[in-house]
Amino acid sequence: MAANPNNRGSKKWLVNVILGFICLLWILPTFGLLISSFRMPNDINTSGWWTIFPHEAWVTESTITLPKDVNLDQPFEVKGEQVTDKQLQNGVKIAENTRIVWENRLRKTVAVQDEEWTSNLGFTIKNYLHVLTGGTYQVAGPDGSMTTMQGDNLGRAFLNSIAVAIPGTLIPLTVSTFAAYAFAWMRFPGRNILLMAIIGLLVIPVQVALVPDLKDFIALGINGTFLAVWLAHTAFGLSLATYFMHNYISQIPKDIFESAFIDGAGHFKIFTRLILPLSVPAIASIGIFQFMWVWNDYLIALIYLGGVPNHQVLTMQLAGMVGTRGSEWHLLTSGAFISMILPLAVFFFLQRYFVRGLLGGSVKG
Amino acid sequence: MQTGKQTPAEAEQSHSTSRPSERPWMKVLLTVLVLAVNFIFHYGVFSLLKQNDISPVWLTIVAVVWGSVGIFTIYLSLNWVLSLYPESVKKKIQPFVFISPAVFILGWLLFIPALRTLVMSFFGPNGDVFVGLKNYLAIFTQREMLITLRNTLMWVVFGTFFSVAFGLLIAVLAERSSFEKIAKSIIFMPMVISFVGAGVVWKFIYAYEPGDHQIGLLNAVVQAFGGEPQAWLSLVQPWNNLFLIAIMIWMQTGFAMVILSASIKGVPNELLEAARIDGASEIRIFFKIIVPYIKTTLAAVTTTIVIFSLKIFDIVIVMTGGQYGTGVIATKFYREFFTYDNQGYGSALAILLLLFVIPVIWINASRFKKEEGF
Repeated sequence: MAANPNNRGSKKWLVNVILGFICLLWILPTFGLLISSFRMPNDINTSGWWTIFPHEAWVTESTITLPKDVNLDQPFEVKGEQVTDKQLQNGVKIAENTRIVWENRLRKTVAVQDEEWTSNLGFTIKNYLHVLTGGTYQVAGPDGSMTTMQGDNLGRAFLNSIAVAIPGTLIPLTVSTFAAYAFAWMRFPGRNILLMAIIGLLVIPVQVALVPDLKDFIALGINGTFLAVWLAHTAFGLSLATYFMHNYISQIPKDIFESAFIDGAGHFKIFTRLILPLSVPAIASIGIFQFMWVWNDYLIALIYLGGVPNHQVLTMQLAGMVGTRGSEWHLLTSGAFISMILPLAVFFFLQRYFVRGLLGGSVKG
Repeated sequence: MQTGKQTPAEAEQSHSTSRPSERPWMKVLLTVLVLAVNFIFHYGVFSLLKQNDISPVWLTIVAVVWGSVGIFTIYLSLNWVLSLYPESVKKKIQPFVFISPAVFILGWLLFIPALRTLVMSFFGPNGDVFVGLKNYLAIFTQREMLITLRNTLMWVVFGTFFSVAFGLLIAVLAERSSFEKIAKSIIFMPMVISFVGAGVVWKFIYAYEPGDHQIGLLNAVVQAFGGEPQAWLSLVQPWNNLFLIAIMIWMQTGFAMVILSASIKGVPNELLEAARIDGASEIRIFFKIIVPYIKTTLAAVTTTIVIFSLKIFDIVIVMTGGQYGTGVIATKFYREFFTYDNQGYGSALAILLLLFVIPVIWINASRFKKEEGF
């Protein structure tokens, strides 16, 4: 199917157009977020991100300050036109391309605007600094007033996510690879039943074990530590990882390590010197999968790290921001993008392994 | 592996293997010593991290190194202990050194907890009064809970159907397009970001401001076509659920596409060419050849996404917190346990989730068994 037969050439443009449209639809949400994360706080809140593209809009040319004693309850005169308060709120056309509209009703300033082609091109990287480091900063409002705002400390959360995700990936990988090797190449009583039981545990949803685990962690005094989250991620990822690694390791031809056996190498040596290097593609595939899962996880971190502010991971902090800073879009958009940077980088550089892990994880063979 | 002679032990311990093996008490002592050193070391690092008075960067470095290397050193030291003993003992014990951490963790943190949750689901809020099936009865009679069940059904039906349908459509289109790789990357990309991140992306799309200036894309589009802006996520019930489900479709379509695309590539070219020579239209070829050929994969993808949508949690929590009639089983479970402290009822919800998941996986597994002798 790789080569396209000629007889379908006539319809190819249609396929390309439909697919192009779908792709545009798919990338638009992320694109809008990326653009917004670089816009000025005030711009994000007053205009859509698409206004960075050229569009026709009213642009203020000059402002008129009305006399202080003007009575807004009656019609009054601006630029030779009789207007009412209500009309000025929506704008009044005074010429072909010109209108007048309230700039600031309280200060009684009126804007004279022309309709022009324009684009909102004010970009900044300060959003990222503010969301990463915390601290206070000033934002200019639409009427020129300054508001003091508090940043967020996503830098710390980023470090915590790393501290959770790397061991949260390597521990289940190590444990599952050792177990998979034993199930594939060692003889011991109960081997098949144990393997079936481990694979069978795939059916257990996280929710079913969540609370009893929490109780045990509290009893042991490890709740709220990284260790608790590592253990939880190990338990919830181990079943799939063992299944995946067993599929791979059991298919390595026996004659590859038969000579090693004859030379007297033990299982441990064969495992570390032969099996591990040979399994690198499989380990990479399931490893990337597990890493993404842990990095993107919200529920497990929320339950086992929830009460410890210093140990918050990115997803928790971001979800918290959605709740408490719902309208501070400049922080939300840049924060969301920071949480995506690492997964997106891994995706673009290690796409091949990622897809293979996906294939192995969901469909056997 | 019959050994009269000493096996060449691992390089890092060769000097110590021969001597202690002649004195049994020495072996036991060393075994205990190694286990004790392991315990003290790991407990020490754990305490250091828990004190939490080192700088964030050092905390991260120590945690990463300890967690990543520590697990391997446990296997390494256990294996070293094992090498002290005679070959016959070693051969019997070694498999258990390899598997016992996995078995222990799964037993302790997955299997036994499942049983505990099952038992708890028959008890009242504090786990001390036996109430029988009352919790389950409540799930299927309370009005709010019925909405939750309806929502979960909506997720499963609409979420799965559109993810698979779009995935299949895009897989087929990409196959025939001039930019297959780029298109696939674009569709797949949302799959790698977190649900919380995706939640922010889509909250921005659904954003609603009273007045003329809409910063949310959806309202701007509606406005451009002369419609009235809406607060999509809180009003317009029960359709607001569909706006949440759209996020899952956006993320899961890439998954379905990748797997279905791999399967479509396996359809023999001769089969397709023969049909084309016979004059079959592309649509007919799709339904009569491609779909029957990939139906196993199609079923596997469908069940995977069904299970996924049954357990959906993050999207709903981030977008609406389960309010405005958007709750699903997993968010309700969370609320019952951690907001209302209602352990019995929460456990029953978790078990309900398990009961929903089991048959789906069972169907999947038995089909594999039939087809591949699994």
